[in-house]
Amino acid sequence: MGMKQNAATSFITTKLDAVINWSRKFSLFQFPFVTACCGMEYMAVYGAHYDGARFGAEIPRFSPRQADLLFVVGTVNHKLAPVLKRVYEQMAEPKWVVAFGACAASGGFYQNYAVVQGIDRIIPVDIYIAGCPPRPEAVLDGLVELQRLIQDEGPKGITGINPRQTKDELLLSRS
Amino acid sequence: MAEDPRQPVEEEQVSEQAPTSPPVLTALLLENFSDSVVSHHTNFGDETVVIKREGLLDLFRFLKDDPRCRFDLMIDLTAADYLPREPRFEVVVHLKSIVLHHRLRVKIPLATDEAELDTISGLWVAADWYERECWDMYGIVFKGHPNLRRLLLYDEFEGHPLRKDYDYYLQQPLVPMRKIRERHDYEHKVITPEGPKPLPS
Ligand code: SF4
Repeated sequence: MGMKQNAATSFITTKLDAVINWSRKFSLFQFPFVTACCGMEYMAVYGAHYDGARFGAEIPRFSPRQADLLFVVGTVNHKLAPVLKRVYEQMAEPKWVVAFGACAASGGFYQNYAVVQGIDRIIPVDIYIAGCPPRPEAVLDGLVELQRLIQDEGPKGITGINPRQTKDELLLSRS
Repeated sequence: MAEDPRQPVEEEQVSEQAPTSPPVLTALLLENFSDSVVSHHTNFGDETVVIKREGLLDLFRFLKDDPRCRFDLMIDLTAADYLPREPRFEVVVHLKSIVLHHRLRVKIPLATDEAELDTISGLWVAADWYERECWDMYGIVFKGHPNLRRLLLYDEFEGHPLRKDYDYYLQQPLVPMRKIRERHDYEHKVITPEGPKPLPS
């Protein structure tokens, strides 16, 4: 690199936040909380064919301490709810949560004594992926949407809302 | 030459007459436990006997040990709730003999306020967890069971969800449920056959 290179191409200006968020969104380490049939689709997404690794969400971490993306895949019942809550609390900030499939998002077709009617009744959720089970394309779509969310909004506090954002800003950025 | 499969085959004449005597196992039980057996029937060659809960252990021990029965495998134990009917519950036991290749279904009707019977886990160890599940889901007590605790649900759960009079929308969360703004009135109502009604608190 010569010293005389044109200044316009040798550096770019940006915000520090944007750079950090950019690096965050391409290094998502997920904790797969897989409880039911949706797990098969989850495996398909990270198999060679659909290859979730292309989006930087490559390596599942089986310790919540090392993960920053919680994938809740499948039915969560009330007996399991304390476990899920605990796993979420053990994850280090910043962290995100994806509800994978109808059961995790809303309880699915189970409305009975056993099943939690959506994991957002227990922990804050960032992305809901519809389907029973969702197709791998839908999952990848959700992943890309999550990356956009991370880039735009950055990490959130314990409340599930970025403390640096006002409510109006948040609604605006999501609309 | 092979027969043309399209030709209508003359159907075999199926005898419509009921067998005049009860099948072997039922006959055996009727002979030895005539007081216990309430009724019996067969379906597709499988025999069913309905028995009283008094003295059921002797009957099961006979089924297990008698050389003509030798039921060495307990396949299934469950219950059914026929709510308006009395006796309301029916405990159903499926037995199979691996040695003699026959099966038997035994039903034990139980009244609402006497939903208890002797455990058969002393005869077939497999019955242990089935009986715990049965207690968990239907609240049927198995007297003499070594460890009659809930099997599938958590200890804090109140009631027995597969009983027909359990409110099937009633949930018993272990962790406090968050309020969801977007999820309209789920917080406050449950949908019942008579329409939405407030959640019992
Ligand atoms: S959403 Fe469908 S596929 Fe996924 S866990 Fe529920 S029932 Fe299974």
